Amino acid sequence: MAHLESVPMFWRRMKSLYSLIGVECLNCGKKYFPPRLICPECGGKEMKDYRFKGTGKVVSYSIIDVPPKGLKYQTPYGLAIVELDEGVRVTGQLVGCNLGEIKAGMRVETTFRKIIAVNKNGVIQYGYKFRPEGYPRINNGEKK
Amino acid sequence: MRNVAVIGVGMTKFGELWDYSLRQIFTMAAIEALEDAGCSNRDIEAFYVGNMSAGLFIGQEHLGALLADNAGLKNIPAMRVEGACASGGLALREAYLTIKAGEYDLVMVGGIEKMSDSPCTEDVTTTLGAAADQEWETFVGLTFPGAYALIAKAHMERYGTTKEQLAMVAVKNHKNGKNNPKAQFRREITIEQVLASGIVADPLSLLDCSPISDGGAAVILASEDMAKKFSDTPVWILGSGQASDTLALHDREDLTSLKATRLAAEKAYTAANMGPKDVNFAEVHDCFTIAEIVATEDLGFFHPGGGGKAVEEGLTEVDGKIPINPSGGLKAKGHPVGATGVAQVVSVVEQLRGEAHKRQVNRAETALTHNVGGSGATAVVHIFSR
Repeated sequence: MAHLESVPMFWRRMKSLYSLIGVECLNCGKKYFPPRLICPECGGKEMKDYRFKGTGKVVSYSIIDVPPKGLKYQTPYGLAIVELDEGVRVTGQLVGCNLGEIKAGMRVETTFRKIIAVNKNGVIQYGYKFRPEGYPRINNGEKK
Repeated sequence: MRNVAVIGVGMTKFGELWDYSLRQIFTMAAIEALEDAGCSNRDIEAFYVGNMSAGLFIGQEHLGALLADNAGLKNIPAMRVEGACASGGLALREAYLTIKAGEYDLVMVGGIEKMSDSPCTEDVTTTLGAAADQEWETFVGLTFPGAYALIAKAHMERYGTTKEQLAMVAVKNHKNGKNNPKAQFRREITIEQVLASGIVADPLSLLDCSPISDGGAAVILASEDMAKKFSDTPVWILGSGQASDTLALHDREDLTSLKATRLAAEKAYTAANMGPKDVNFAEVHDCFTIAEIVATEDLGFFHPGGGGKAVEEGLTEVDGKIPINPSGGLKAKGHPVGATGVAQVVSVVEQLRGEAHKRQVNRAETALTHNVGGSGATAVVHIFSR
């Protein structure tokens, strides 16, 4: 599957995958993730970058047992639609908790993780996943 | 605007057709449809074929010309129509519109998918994942069953729909498939077997999912004049509706309902001057058990949240209030994705002609087909009468 190994296809999205950069419509103020060129609500074409905070709550979730190519080593994994506090929804994996603890409504925050490494020669692709909000940061001692 | 009828139908058996290639499978269905319509390959004026992903499944594109050539439809306009699993339904609608507009009088609509040539389930999962948003859903780990699992969880959370009710959809459709000689699965299953069949994407188990299938279907559409010339039992298309929605499931306002289905149904009902109560039975898009429950609500047969209870009460059985998927549906008949929308029409026509034998619905005079692409980004609804 060529698309999984394409460097430019990943590179174009890096800003959004790494830093949750979306856009805000300058005309009506509606926010979008990922970025769009035209606002479906008001037709506005002037957008400015908007960095989402990355906190939100689980709207719906699943535990995936049969994965697509490249994700076999991670299965089973939690997957959720998360509503960010700015009102925009995104899909992402849930990590940092037992699969049995996931429930609708739980508070989560983004965390920077490896998403996929298709094969030995392919680039390792990073991006956001979600973990419970206030996830203990044991290594740097900020939070227990 | 002119009336349009289905005057011939054909389909292959659905399943793992190891001995036949994509082009052979389609051609067998096309020959059957031509013979059923009583017309010759040289009578057909145009050809539309629904196919989701021959490029990824078998490395073959350009199916319009390839299949027209194989079916003996020499030199006529031929093209492939794609809308993921709704490709077949969209091909039907395009052909319907061209006849209605007066451009052609006799058109063949095909649907085809050859899935079993893919080396393994992971490859099929990846290819089907292309129906979702590759950059923002599939990339982060969403699979196709995963999308419907997210819908199922939301439906269970809001309405109290149970895993048992989901399983009952599979049990019913297998019961129907048993009576369909062309179905992939012709055996009954139990609720316990569904629940114990192994999780694919929680809460969906293996037997909540439609299978990986090969299969082809073809129908011949005709203008009213041509229909009367060729057929004593034309089946009329009374209404056609299509709508789209965001490709990504997470961008939709409501996860428990497919807005595209509701909008497409509204257009089809209005065109047919009918409502849900006037429909005698329906073939709906049950790619996963939850999809049938949501579809029966969105099409107006039951109130939102009432679909699970309706299955439990037997309202959707062949002898129920509104039989759903008497053919066995995608679950038991099989789901060669691009062929499904056309195969639904084949099933409906057999019923409306009274030729469905053991699976025949009583008083089958009007019917509805509902075909969905992706997790609901495309929906197409057609209403038929004899």
